[in-house]
Amino acid sequence: MATSAERLGTGLEFSDDLAGFGGSDEEQLPPGIGPWKLAWRRLRRNKVALFFGGLFVLIVILCLLAPVYAKDVAHTTLAAENITGTVKEGGKQVDIVSPTDIPIGPTWHSRYFLGADGNGRDVAVRLLYGGRNSLQIGAIATLITMVLALILGVWAGYFRGIADGFISRGLDIIWAYPAVLLGITLGTVLAVGGIGPLHGTNLYVPAVVIGIVYIPYVAKPVRGQVLQLREREFIDAARQQGQSDWKIMFFEVLPNLASTIVVFIPLILANAILLEAALSYLGAGVQPPNPSWGTMISDGISTIPAAFSNVLVPGIMLVLCVMSINIFGDGLRDALDPRAKVRIAH
Amino acid sequence: MSRFIVRRLLAMVVVMFVISLLTFLLFEAIPNGNPAFRLAGRTATPQEIHAIEVKYGFNQPIYVQYLRTMKNIFTNQAYSYTQGFNVLSEIKAGLPATLSLAFGAGFIWLFTSILVGTVAAIKAGKYTDRVLTILAMFGVSFPPFFLGAVLIYYLGYQWNIFPLGGYVKFTTSPSQWFVHLVLPWFTLSVLFIGFYSRVLRSTILDTINEDYVRTAHAKGLSDRQVLLRHTLRNSLIPIISLWGLDMAQVIGGGAILTESIYNLHGVGQLAAQSIQRLDIIPILVIVMLTAFAVVVLAAIIDIVYAFLDPRIRLAV
Repeated sequence: MATSAERLGTGLEFSDDLAGFGGSDEEQLPPGIGPWKLAWRRLRRNKVALFFGGLFVLIVILCLLAPVYAKDVAHTTLAAENITGTVKEGGKQVDIVSPTDIPIGPTWHSRYFLGADGNGRDVAVRLLYGGRNSLQIGAIATLITMVLALILGVWAGYFRGIADGFISRGLDIIWAYPAVLLGITLGTVLAVGGIGPLHGTNLYVPAVVIGIVYIPYVAKPVRGQVLQLREREFIDAARQQGQSDWKIMFFEVLPNLASTIVVFIPLILANAILLEAALSYLGAGVQPPNPSWGTMISDGISTIPAAFSNVLVPGIMLVLCVMSINIFGDGLRDALDPRAKVRIAH
Repeated sequence: MSRFIVRRLLAMVVVMFVISLLTFLLFEAIPNGNPAFRLAGRTATPQEIHAIEVKYGFNQPIYVQYLRTMKNIFTNQAYSYTQGFNVLSEIKAGLPATLSLAFGAGFIWLFTSILVGTVAAIKAGKYTDRVLTILAMFGVSFPPFFLGAVLIYYLGYQWNIFPLGGYVKFTTSPSQWFVHLVLPWFTLSVLFIGFYSRVLRSTILDTINEDYVRTAHAKGLSDRQVLLRHTLRNSLIPIISLWGLDMAQVIGGGAILTESIYNLHGVGQLAAQSIQRLDIIPILVIVMLTAFAVVVLAAIIDIVYAFLDPRIRLAV
């Protein structure tokens, strides 16, 4: 993992070396094919990873179409409550929310396709809007984590010395807190007070919290890799040419971290979406009335054993989404790491 | 070597001090969070609020409050402002449930993931490996509270096989203790099995290419002997150290989701409840002690590594 970028550069030699003794099914590579093209070839052959990658794209598209679904299919809005209303099912009128507060389950009609929640809101509509929020928070958190972790990791690894000491100890401190506990602590503090101009109920508050929590998990490996990279000949060469430290970091070190970055993005995204759900479940994430998959599961759990579909629907969606990111990310890792491919021959 | 140990321990103490300071400041930063207002109630007069401020020392400079809080925690004088209980004894009351959960689940996930990871590595690239990979990915994608809710609903409400939650003391009834913990153990393990088995699979695949493994094969050892004595022995080191750190987190309340959904009344659930009430002191103590446990264990692991591998000593 730590040296995947190095391996990437020498991927061809690895394959050639081992073609003779281990890799009987080693592909015949045309000369001069680049590492990225090579990775894409491997990924293309991994049908499982591609399938789940496609599934994730499908989920994203569905969630982006939430307003369209609400307006043209379900003919309702996100917030529209309907506690006293009825719908026609099997020829007779059925309460959307029964007198004992039990909401209706999946109807398989365009309205209340996946049932209603305790306030008579359409679950399918909330599922898509909630997915939008969950995905948005996950994406922003991932962006925050990756950018800050890269800055800190490259800085510490490149300059070493005092800066490295401070950054590494700081990362150790964040890392020492259990992710969920730190998340809810920050989430609670910020949900009460907000961050600067952002109000506590703002969607970006949990995104910032999650983004901070995962920084050490990326910054530490990045630092380790930069520590190795900076001793390589091409960095020496750049220094001999009189390039500034900034230029070396940007144009020599950073491109060599590319495969690491690509591998980490799905990993952090999947975990960020999971952590958002956990925080929302504990009341320290997305604040009502905003929906997210986590808040929907949490609402559903509070009504167990009635209306269990309200736990299952957002839960299955969440697991499908996170799993598709994870499996695609795993395929991506295999594709970017030539040694893994070679070793399969054993 | 002793120089390394001293430096590592000193670094540990510094990190612990910063953690305690940071955790304290984090809660001080809650705007409108002056605990005196919340303690005094809605209809309090300014005099009453002032009296509470003086009594708990909220009107003093922040470093005095910090020192006072730390002193209270380490002399067992820390009381919850809003719930009134002694924090350390409340944590002690939650420990049996949390320890039962942590150690039961810990052994399940350690041994299952060693098995799964080894099989996946031996069969790397084959059908078995692919199925195990998908299963592992499925495991790491399951939030514990969702898995817990599903299990409670189907195995508890629908089929009445397991209780709906709660914790029964081992001394009260060992069989009930076991029955109440089966689902929590399973729920907590699923996540870790998925993660650990993937880590182990890749470390085994790293080790298989080492020279000493080839030597072991060359001197005529059977595949089984090479696997158990040479490959697995070395591949387990990162897994065991990972396990130590994760256990520290789980014992310190990191299993907050599992404990909450199964209503185990452990340390994690205490943390969850305190957070919902914005009760600063219990959550401060729990978060701080957990972070301490992680830092101490990490230092121990580093020192043990340094004993095993002299190169590490030079690196620091």
